[in-house]
Amino acid sequence: MGELATLAHERFIEIGEMSILVRTDSLDFARLLEDRYGSFVSAPVPRPAFELDIELAPLGSLSEDEDVDVRRESGCWLIQRGDFRAELNPKTCRGWVRQTENPYSIDAVLRILHSLILAEQGGFLVHAASAVRNGWAYVFAGVSGAGKTTLARLAPPDARLLTDEISYVRPRDSGYEAFGTPFAGELARLGENVRAPLAALHLLEQGPENRLEEVSEAEAAQALLRNILFFAHDEELVGMIFQTVCDFVRRVPVRRLVFTPDARVWELIA
Amino acid sequence: MSPLYIARSHEIAARALDGEMMIMSVRDSTLFNLNESGTIIWQAADGVTPLEEIVARRICAEYEVEPAEALQDAENFVRELAGHGIFLVSDQPLAAAAAKSGEQA
Repeated sequence: MGELATLAHERFIEIGEMSILVRTDSLDFARLLEDRYGSFVSAPVPRPAFELDIELAPLGSLSEDEDVDVRRESGCWLIQRGDFRAELNPKTCRGWVRQTENPYSIDAVLRILHSLILAEQGGFLVHAASAVRNGWAYVFAGVSGAGKTTLARLAPPDARLLTDEISYVRPRDSGYEAFGTPFAGELARLGENVRAPLAALHLLEQGPENRLEEVSEAEAAQALLRNILFFAHDEELVGMIFQTVCDFVRRVPVRRLVFTPDARVWELIA
Repeated sequence: MSPLYIARSHEIAARALDGEMMIMSVRDSTLFNLNESGTIIWQAADGVTPLEEIVARRICAEYEVEPAEALQDAENFVRELAGHGIFLVSDQPLAAAAAKSGEQA
């Protein structure tokens, strides 16, 4: 890694109330971060949740065709994919990333970092669209092709879109809260950087008509576990996420939303 | 046939939801949803009571099933879950293993 003193450019990326300081010696990369994260780039904060030093590798020096591998060794998280390597130390809240100059590698690192920290706080990132309407957040979980982006497109004008791809959920004293994320799907649009108390989670399923179906807590937990971002095969982490999901389905209404691509579906939601 | 002793593994996370026992292997993240009889066997898996006795006292007494068939089904069930690290299975009592469990009500 380069000397800290040479990493002259600092950007604070705040998602889900968690500010992560990203340091780089490249002004171009700092600008790329500003373009990528838009309103999620915040003013400096005195105590960011985590600090990442970026070491830029020459273009073409890293391959792009590997699955991500996340493992814990000697208390540190080691993350590896064809296009980047990273080491995160949860004790010092510091880490480094070696990547080429592109927005996708740092994006993957941020998702993984948030998912690891959130797991310890009883929250999670989930493959889901989410939006705020009338002061309440609604989350729509589903695998690729389930209709997350379609539902986001059908949202009425007064709904504020938090994301069409990856939703951010944190526990609160009374229930849960959903936050906007910059992690976009087919809509290719950043979510709004706002938050709201969570009213309900819907499991998406496309069908011939719009209707809501009750699901049991066990079915809700199974479906949610299938959609939660889950990178590490780590026993402690698996146990934490399992307990988080069981707590969540007991406290938040979870229903199956069968819908047809028609804006009237929102009349069922909020 | 020698008796079969079963105990709940430590390598799991488990919760009862709506009366159904959900169990996740922390080793391979496989999720299992136990039905009523599976839940009965799970709760009775103390490491010292032979499976045959659990089936006779808890399953056959509760449901109208033929004992030999019920025991065979139970054995298949515990061996499948043992393959995912959910149960510990032995022909000797497993008292130490049964002392702890990751289960929460």
